Amino acid sequence: MATRYFGQPIKRNEDPRLLTGQALFTDDVHLPGMLHVAFYRSPYAHARIKSIDTSAAAAMPGVVAIYTATDLGDYWQPGPLLVPPPPVKDIVFNPRMQVPLARDKVRFVGEPVAVVVAASRYQAEDAAEQIFMDVELLPAIVDLEAALAPDAARVHDDLDANVNAHVIQRKGDYEQAAAQADVVIRRKLHYDRGTAAAMENRGIVVDWDARNQQMTVWDTTQAPIPIRNGLAAMLGLSEKQVRVIAPFIGGGFGPKIMMFYQEEVLLPWIAMRLNRPVKWIEDRQENFYATTQERGQVHWAEMALTRDGKILGVKDVFLHDAGAYAPYGLTVALNSQCTLLGQYDVANYTSEFTSVFTNKPIVTPYRGAGRQHGVFVMERLLDIAAKELGIDKVEIRTRNFIAPEKFPYTNEIIYQDFAPLTYDSGNYLPAMQKAVALIDYARFIAEEQPRLRAEGKHVGLGIVTYVEGTGIGPYEGAKVTVEASGRVSVATGIGTQGQGHFTSFAQIVADQLGVAPENVRLVTGDTSEFYWGAGTFASRGAVVAGNAINAAALAVRKKILKKASDELEVDEADLELVDGTVSVVGSPQTAIKLGDLAVRANPMRGAVKPGTEPGLEATDYFGPERGATASGVHAMIVEVDPETLLVAIKRYVVVHDCGRVINPMILEGQIHGGVAQGIGNAFYEQLAFDENGQLLNASFMDYLLPTSDTVPRIETDHVETPSPLNPLGIKGAGEAGAIPVGPLFAQAIEDALHGVELEILEIPLSPSRLYELVQAAKAS
Amino acid sequence: MKPAPFAYFAPHNLDEALDLLAQHGYDGKVLAGGQSLIPTMNFRLAQPAALVDINRVAELAFLDEDAGGGLRIGALTRQRTLERSAAVASRAPLLHATMPYIAHVQIRNRGTLGGSLAHADPAAELPAVMVALGARFRLQSRRGARWVAAADFYIGLFTTALQEDELIAEIEIPAMPARAGWSIQEIARRHGDYAIVGVAAVVELDPAGLCRAARLIYFSVGEGPTAAPSAAAVLLGQPADDGVIAAAARAAAQQDIDPLGDIHATPAYRRHLVEVLGRRALQEAFGRAVQA
Repeated sequence: MATRYFGQPIKRNEDPRLLTGQALFTDDVHLPGMLHVAFYRSPYAHARIKSIDTSAAAAMPGVVAIYTATDLGDYWQPGPLLVPPPPVKDIVFNPRMQVPLARDKVRFVGEPVAVVVAASRYQAEDAAEQIFMDVELLPAIVDLEAALAPDAARVHDDLDANVNAHVIQRKGDYEQAAAQADVVIRRKLHYDRGTAAAMENRGIVVDWDARNQQMTVWDTTQAPIPIRNGLAAMLGLSEKQVRVIAPFIGGGFGPKIMMFYQEEVLLPWIAMRLNRPVKWIEDRQENFYATTQERGQVHWAEMALTRDGKILGVKDVFLHDAGAYAPYGLTVALNSQCTLLGQYDVANYTSEFTSVFTNKPIVTPYRGAGRQHGVFVMERLLDIAAKELGIDKVEIRTRNFIAPEKFPYTNEIIYQDFAPLTYDSGNYLPAMQKAVALIDYARFIAEEQPRLRAEGKHVGLGIVTYVEGTGIGPYEGAKVTVEASGRVSVATGIGTQGQGHFTSFAQIVADQLGVAPENVRLVTGDTSEFYWGAGTFASRGAVVAGNAINAAALAVRKKILKKASDELEVDEADLELVDGTVSVVGSPQTAIKLGDLAVRANPMRGAVKPGTEPGLEATDYFGPERGATASGVHAMIVEVDPETLLVAIKRYVVVHDCGRVINPMILEGQIHGGVAQGIGNAFYEQLAFDENGQLLNASFMDYLLPTSDTVPRIETDHVETPSPLNPLGIKGAGEAGAIPVGPLFAQAIEDALHGVELEILEIPLSPSRLYELVQAAKAS
Repeated sequence: MKPAPFAYFAPHNLDEALDLLAQHGYDGKVLAGGQSLIPTMNFRLAQPAALVDINRVAELAFLDEDAGGGLRIGALTRQRTLERSAAVASRAPLLHATMPYIAHVQIRNRGTLGGSLAHADPAAELPAVMVALGARFRLQSRRGARWVAAADFYIGLFTTALQEDELIAEIEIPAMPARAGWSIQEIARRHGDYAIVGVAAVVELDPAGLCRAARLIYFSVGEGPTAAPSAAAVLLGQPADDGVIAAAARAAAQQDIDPLGDIHATPAYRRHLVEVLGRRALQEAFGRAVQA
């Protein structure tokens, strides 16, 4: 088979629709008689509800219904635990899930308390403003360390501490390693919260057709099939009665997976109860409270090394901010724990975390999903060790790389997919060498930096590495059909949020069936088109759905060859699939168009032979044995104004290895977007909660997203180490760009501000915070 | 993020607009470019009962050069118009240089000069620039007109000399004196953000090359445009060398300005920037004055 499209940077099939405004987003759904929903959300982070008065609101113009928790009856249930605890010895696990509407207590600012249904969103908001809640205020749990004080107020009254989970994992014997070390580095490190801030907020429209007993749900979810299954169960319907459509979605980044948001649970119930279509579109202010967030952790970490920079062991104890409820289990904290060792061959590792309930919005995975924290801790400890031991920062890293012959390499501890953390493949030195060459490391250190310093410029270079666990199971599936027109349709269960699925999946099918990618029509995210699946998350779409599509396309290819062999009376081995036809190798005039073949495989007369299915269609599934580990290096040169502490990025280099690349242009887009989010996370974005749990910057005026002038041109290069875990040899790439940017900023800024004994142990940074750190360093 | 209900009026001339303001008093609010008012209403932080939309009042949109070398600008003049005006560039170069700092092109296309001046955001550039330029504003109501100097117009946080039935009709910017120089400096997290600290400077030299006058007006450090009189006192009658400039900037930071902290900057960082930006502004302004 000639591989013609896999690996090509072809333009995206979906872009004409998106760029001309012809793509359907959830808010584009308008139904006759549709009602609009607004929420009354808690203005308090932690309080006991004494009473809720909705009488004034109910009398407002346009109001159709107002519901509080008591109105929901048996439908009021905490949400499901989405990810069970990992099989780790002596684990403590206290799952507490969000409720549709707060009853008895509110646990974070923005928690839904009452829902207003009205003729328009304006009227719904006017009425929501007239709802009054009488409360007894309770102390807000905001700080992670204070949350664990014996006398701290409890977020969940039935727990005797604010502990969501406690997990210890070990590889080797760290204490013994530390005893033999020449040097042990110990530091406390902080990583604070941010929000994904997808361009499109969440939204849901529900249409209940009482006559047909059918429900249609348009939902900005990354996981439409689990939503369908869950809603059907909650509503007492058959799964066949519920169709969930995740149409075009303006960015997911993880928070749109969280099944089941309160709004997702309530709107279907309201639609059935009122027998009217209902719509809720999250506004930007709500998004800052009601959509899940991530990143709050505190680490006490240590690294034991020999004097020549060989890592003997690492120990890390950390607190993880779970927010008020923890429906997603321990995925984020496990990712931190399992990503920390990165590209380094470390024989001894002890990692212990406590996941802590706080009175802040719910935490679930957001692009990187805990990996940032682990990489930050490890890369910072290596930088500090390099300084202390007088070893070059690239050198200390390469000395500790896992050697290529050691793959598959196991870290023994349990990963988020509950399999032992094993890197499938990797080759780290070539990527580092490429990055070093691209950023011109040696010349920068030897010539450029001294020259610029002599001119009074404060320039610095950062270079860091990371791994990214990608492409976890359980499975995805796909159905591939050759239509009578010769066009190919592909249906898969995952949703799409801008990843270019319509193109990269089409490229896979195009190669198997010998058609052009623009003749492959993909349907994603519609449960009526494909029944089975999990969703788009954990950098798994290309790996898991991509390989399922490949398998289904391969099955169709076999059907095509068999049918064409019968029709043309030639051996299958003598046939090739080119330009939408099956033809005899070396005799292209003996050919049949795929569309014609599809018609012959689905005849109006005659018979489909026993043991054969009609048509040219196949469904197949792919479930990887475990996740595939991608990796990379980021390098950056910055200039810092030593007076204002403003930081300007002069160069940004990414060398990335995600196995075989389907579409390099789409991959670059993923990396660019990830780096932009990483830059925001490192230097601009920070959710500022006060001591009462009030968010002080719930708007884009004060929550600073990176803009076109803060994100530099990004230079990329690739290394391809195929994954042995799937036939296409691919690894995921969705989160890579975002993961290592924090430690990269820290290292580059420290280097730029040479002469100041500055040690950056926290992310996010800001010019004001840098000023404080510099002043403190100068004073000490 | 939908505004609370409000009544909407769209007068076609100034008399109608002033009638409506008189009629609605405290409950009425002037809608000009809407770049601050509409978001505030969408957040329901402002819930005016009535909006008086002056966008159809053509007589408030003008940009004239006066005989004395200054400018007379109608309050409804769009910020983008000022940015692209050759008259503004030659007669009020400080104002011209300030425009790109104000948010983004899309916002300046809509935002008006009078709207920004009347809104009186303490972090906004235009109020400070008007004080530095010695501008004055014509305030108009059904009761008549009065002129108020920009320096007297700003009273406190989002608070101005405007009575509830008045609007700013016109802004008069005097000609730049001979041997004068100017500078605008600001530090913002991203281009187009409100400043963490900013400063507008206008200085004049006497024939001997000594400082005759200096106005250093900071923004985003207090309740409104904030002058630095101690810094000016250090400069008066002195040659504008690096030592004097540094001393003046230090005086601004230590004696004139007492900044508050917020989520973007601590008071100490702001105070430090007051000195750094004061020094940079004075160096640039005196450099220009010497060339003038």
